[in-house]
This record gives sequence, structure tokens and C-alpha cells, in this order.
Amino acid sequence: METFLEEVNKKINGVPLQRCYHCRKCTAGCPMTKHMEYNPNKIIKMIQNGQRDKVLNSSTIWLCLSCETCITRCPNQVDIASMMDVLRQMAIQQGTVREANVLKFHEAFLAGMKFGGRINEPMMMVQYKLKSGDLFSDALLGLDMFKKGKLALLSPRTKDMKSVRNIFEKTKNR
Amino acid sequence: MKAVSRALDIELKEVDDWCCCGASSAHNTNFDLSIALPARNLIAAEKDAMDVMVPCAACFNRFKTAEHHLKADKDLKAKIEGIVGAKYQGGIAIRNPIDIIFNDIGIDVLAEKVVKPLTGLKPVSYYGCLLLRPPEVCEFENYENPFMLDKMMKAIGADVKNWSYKTDCCGGSLAISKTAIVVEMCDRLMNGAREADANCVVTACPLCMANLDMRPSEGKKLPVFYFTELISLAMGLPGSKDTFKSHIFDPRPLLSQLGLI
Repeated sequence: METFLEEVNKKINGVPLQRCYHCRKCTAGCPMTKHMEYNPNKIIKMIQNGQRDKVLNSSTIWLCLSCETCITRCPNQVDIASMMDVLRQMAIQQGTVREANVLKFHEAFLAGMKFGGRINEPMMMVQYKLKSGDLFSDALLGLDMFKKGKLALLSPRTKDMKSVRNIFEKTKNR
Repeated sequence: MKAVSRALDIELKEVDDWCCCGASSAHNTNFDLSIALPARNLIAAEKDAMDVMVPCAACFNRFKTAEHHLKADKDLKAKIEGIVGAKYQGGIAIRNPIDIIFNDIGIDVLAEKVVKPLTGLKPVSYYGCLLLRPPEVCEFENYENPFMLDKMMKAIGADVKNWSYKTDCCGGSLAISKTAIVVEMCDRLMNGAREADANCVVTACPLCMANLDMRPSEGKKLPVFYFTELISLAMGLPGSKDTFKSHIFDPRPLLSQLGLI
């Protein structure tokens, strides 16, 4: 049977996680470490130890900002940013998403794209607020942005929407 | 951006019928989607045989990442071409305006065009995370301590301050779903700017600009500019003051106090 480590390595499709010698440079540079339940280095260690459930249930993978500081500084070119992408996708597939609102934001964003090919911010925010139930935060900021002409209720859409929807259809996770 | 490009003889044409690159939302949830969306735009740009200029650091990063994967992995390229329904040639370059103005136009030409040096303006330059990282993908030489923006600011007469937060992430991708953490990150950057004796922040990315303009706590905020706003002001281009009124934190009191508007 394939181990968790082998499964993750296959999906990253690059430098294997065994290459990590735990110097913790990724963690020293990570701007989110203090908010994470397990730091990036610990996540690698946990994958090596086969702690599948703990990793895929952790908030860490959703707090990663994908700022790519870790991969830039890793002396062994371990692509931790890609690893986080892979772990998020695995967590979505098995239905253990610890930070539901982060995923709901992504879903609202992609739904906006599927509708118009480009993001219409007010529409996306309404979508996100309905999905997350977080109705009132940023309402004043939104109003201020609207008054200053930063938000347009109507914005141009991609004309050839068939090609965009086709991309969504053909890349659907099965 | 358009006004500055025109004044510097950079010819711009909007990519025909572009779509969004998918941003963090695509690569966080679906790898193939995150490559196919920028690939669709790159293929559209190839029809004009013009390089693509991408101002947003995150979009730039997604375009460069797609290019990197499509050039390195033949099987993936075939798969993505099947998804998009067109061939990717790979013959055009993906550029950021910072790189174009610094390397192609040059600091000397920029300095010559200044009619109103920005004396008294003390910015720190902020590049954000995704413009320069990872270096194998983004292909900038100085990715830990970049200086392109600093030199440009100097050329237009600003007293640019040195600081160590040039490429620290501002948290943009979680600004809506994890706002409290992002406020803290923006506050930290504003504190760093004040420690460096700056009176404003200049960014290389329009999304970082929006995030830093909106998210810091009240009392922590400093005026934040996208870099072409300041180049336009220094070059005295028509309409150069028009963008300032759309800022959430109004930069006009600072600029008028310095006699720049």
C-alpha cells in the first residue's frame, strides 16, 4: 500500500520530501508560523511519520499564504508551497477542511469567474458573505470603496465564456 | 499605468478577451485549472506576438508559474493544450512593469523626464512576495533585497528609505477570509516603515497597494502609492492627481503639505 509520504510526493511531482533535513529555514521565514497549529517544518515531519489525519485536518494548510518564502530559502529545493497546495486539495477531496471560510472564499472567487470570466468584486463579496454567513464585516469599508469609485456594480465580462466554462469543466476534480 | 506607458513610449494593447488567471483560489484548489487559465491568456497574447506586461505580482506569478510548468513538462503541456483547445508556442515574454521601466527604459531616461522632483517625499519601497519568488520561476536577480523600485524613486527625486520588509508578505490572499491576521501583518509593515523614517509606502503591486491602503488599523496607516502614480506626478502628466482621491487613506494632505499638489 502507498504510504502518505509516497502519495504526497507523487502529487508534488518534484523534489521528494525526504530531501528535507529539518534545518527549519522555511519556518524561520514563514510569516504565518505564529498563527499555525503546526509550523511548516512540523508538517513535513508529520507527513514523513504518516500522520495523515492530523495533517489533512490541520488549520496550518489553510493559513499558508502561498507567499513562497519557504521554497525560495530551502537549501534542498523542497517545494513546500506546492506541498501545501497538494495537501489542501487532498483535504477538499476527503472533506476535512478545517478553515471552512478560506475555502468558501476560493469557491466564491471561482464561481464569479465561471459566471463572467473575470471577477466582479461586489458580486463575489455577496457570494462569499452568503456562503460564510459573515454578513456584516467590511460593510463600512465596502461603502467607502464604493463611494471612491473602487467598486463597479457592472464590469466587462469575457465574451467567449464557452472557452472559460470548458476549462472549468475539463479540469473538474473527479 | 496607461499614462506613464504612453509617456515612456511603451506600446500597450489589452490582451483580446482575457479572463482572470484564477489567482490563489485556483492553485489552492485545483492544479490543472491554475495552469490552464493563464495558458488561455498567454495563447491569446501570442496571436499578437507581443510580450505580456502583468502589473499585479500575484497574476505575474501565476503567468510565470504556468510558463515554467508548460516549458518543463511536455506531457502537462499536451494535457493543458487539450483543455484550452489551442497550442501554446512559448515565444513571448512575461514581464512586470518594474522590470520594463528599470531595464528597458532605464533610470537615466526616467530622470530626464522629471519636471517636478518629489522633494520631501520619503517612501519605503515594497515589492511584496509573489513578484520575486520563487527565483527560478520569476527570474529576478535580487530577490531578497531588490532595488529597482528604490532607484526609480530616487530618480524622480524622492528620498527613498531603506528597510528590511521589502519582500515580506502583506497577507493579501487571506484579506477577506482571515482579516484579523492580515490587519496584524499590515500593521507590522506600517510600523517598519515608520521606524525607517518614511512618510509613505510605494508598492510594485496594485493588489498589495489596495491591501496596505485598506487593512492597517486606524492610527497605523500611512499613504500608500502604486509606483506609477508617483512617476506620473513627477513627470507632470495630465490627470496625475486623479487617482489620489480613490485611495481609502487620503494621501492628498501629505502631498499638499510637501507642495507636490
